[in-house]
Amino acid sequence: MLRFLLRRSLGAIVIVLLISAITFFLFFALPSEPALMSCGKNCTPDAIAVINKNLGLDQPVPVQYWHYMSGIVTGRDFTVGHCPAPCFGYSFSNQQPVWGTIVDRFPTTLSITLGGAAVFLTVGVGIGMLAAAFRGTWIDKFFSSLSLIGNALQIYFVGVIALAVFVSGLHWMDNPAYHPITENPVKWFTGMLIPWLVLSIIFIANYSRMTRSQMIEQLAEDHVRTARAKGLSRRTVFFRYAWRGAMAPIVTIFGIDLGSLFGGAIITEFTFSLHGLGRLAVSSVSETDLPTLMAVMLVGCTAIVVANIVVDAAYAFIDPRVRLA
Amino acid sequence: MTSASRTPSQTPPAVPSGAAEGGGPAAPEGRSPGQLMWRRFKRDRPGVVSACVVAFFFLVALAAPLISKVYGKDPTTTYGIDRPGLLNEFGYPVKPNGGISGDFWFGIEPTLGRDVLTQLVYGIRTSLLIAAAATVLCVLTGILIGVTAGYVGGRTDYFLGRFIDLLLAFPSQLSFIAFTPVVYSLFVSPNKETPTYLRVLTLILVLWVLGWMGMARLLRGQVLSLREREFVEAAKVTGASPWRIITKELLPNLWTPILVQSTLMLPTIVTIEAGLSFIGVGILEPTPDWGRMFANGAHYYESDITYIFFPGLAMIAFVVAFNLLGDSVRDAFDPRTAR
Repeated sequence: MLRFLLRRSLGAIVIVLLISAITFFLFFALPSEPALMSCGKNCTPDAIAVINKNLGLDQPVPVQYWHYMSGIVTGRDFTVGHCPAPCFGYSFSNQQPVWGTIVDRFPTTLSITLGGAAVFLTVGVGIGMLAAAFRGTWIDKFFSSLSLIGNALQIYFVGVIALAVFVSGLHWMDNPAYHPITENPVKWFTGMLIPWLVLSIIFIANYSRMTRSQMIEQLAEDHVRTARAKGLSRRTVFFRYAWRGAMAPIVTIFGIDLGSLFGGAIITEFTFSLHGLGRLAVSSVSETDLPTLMAVMLVGCTAIVVANIVVDAAYAFIDPRVRLA
Repeated sequence: MTSASRTPSQTPPAVPSGAAEGGGPAAPEGRSPGQLMWRRFKRDRPGVVSACVVAFFFLVALAAPLISKVYGKDPTTTYGIDRPGLLNEFGYPVKPNGGISGDFWFGIEPTLGRDVLTQLVYGIRTSLLIAAAATVLCVLTGILIGVTAGYVGGRTDYFLGRFIDLLLAFPSQLSFIAFTPVVYSLFVSPNKETPTYLRVLTLILVLWVLGWMGMARLLRGQVLSLREREFVEAAKVTGASPWRIITKELLPNLWTPILVQSTLMLPTIVTIEAGLSFIGVGILEPTPDWGRMFANGAHYYESDITYIFFPGLAMIAFVVAFNLLGDSVRDAFDPRTAR
């Protein structure tokens, strides 16, 4: 296990380094002038020169990349002052340290993702198991037609309808907003409820369909038949034998989905005007705030890579046939 | 022959190509796999209906100028501003339900007062153009890389595999958003406006570069198993060139996964493109776009909820029809799979 984690972590670091290098190169080398992008549409050559000097953009790109990456570990000194340890540079748009903004925004994305994932995982897997248990009956047919529609729904459509119905129509809730759970758990919950439900609708269809087909496949396996023949109850076989086997692929997909959501549940955040990482990415795109965008990309791809490792480790617990070595 | 295989998209071991076309006098009534597939498909009613719906969308996209001419409106004229009495002082349609009337079948847009029907028709045209181009490019790249990796194997396979892993580790949604302006600035200096055709090209490019990996992976796996089959061995023994083996022996057996995967890919790309336009990094005003209609709808929903239903329901119909079509195509190619 330890060897596995070590090896995978090394691989992950390589991937993150490669992605950061590619992203950095794309952002800072390809566009003719990042300073011009940061300085907007009406900009004097003097202002550009100052920006270039302040940000170290007058140096060659590999050197800049080295400064950037070492700055994350050790901190960095700019002409404007010292930027402490996890230093992702200063934002082009508000001149604040980027890391502070990330730390500020991350809890919102975390809340959306964890709450939404809890809902879509339990409901999706639950529906899938129900459909598999009653395969071929009206229950199964009902849920599979539902998942066909659910699969076609988009957050930017359902979200707006949900707002129109529950917020401005029925006045059941206020507009979704993020309140820290540490300050007011009830407000946190009610503020996040609509985003969670809307986000999960999109995923439930997928998870229920995958669970159903995995369960059906598992129920046809030899070891399940043997367990039935041994005289184990239908319930034990269904939950202890088939379910366990069916979960392995679901966990894989779940890890990938969770990882990519951590990088910003972009459409959800945008639809509900929540200020998470995804929204930060979008606003830094429109303001061509490359340092912020770069930092969000790094956080996003780290999340994906870490999620993949966790998933593979979890896989070994669920399915002992999988060897980690 | 393998018993009911797990992957739904696996083809039967193939009628090695040539057997069907050659015909020979012994065969009483030779039917090519394509004809067999077509016969099975025609009997599948949901499949035919969804194929018609999909065809309808493409027809609408192609015939957008014609529709606009017959209907007598265009997507850019601000009818609500030009003609008094259509919008009230807050900029919302005077008539109920978003201003639906005999003149404006789908109502008019709040504030600018453009015609919703032509906006939607032209929006579908823009989105489908981008999605179709990106899909074609993704499929071709996927075939090229996947078949190469699977057939050549060895070190090539290893490096292509690692390359795919790397691209898959990019947070895709984030990358679409982050790289689109970078590509814009490749073409145009940041202090100039980006022309629409470059925006379209950029979107296609970004969707393509980060979109082909799934297809390549799938095909690589298929080729790995096909490569060991007898008919490929036989072709090799007879001295067929790798090109011939790939085009005449492997590709005919890969059409099912390619087609099924493409029918899944196209609607996904449509929704991604719409998402990009929704958050404002895709196609901008005044070019009509399917996704941007959702952004407008989200803006006006409190006073005019009708507006968002037209693009929304159209998109649901489109995606559902495409998914059903994919299922039917798979069933028609491979009758062994049960739904």
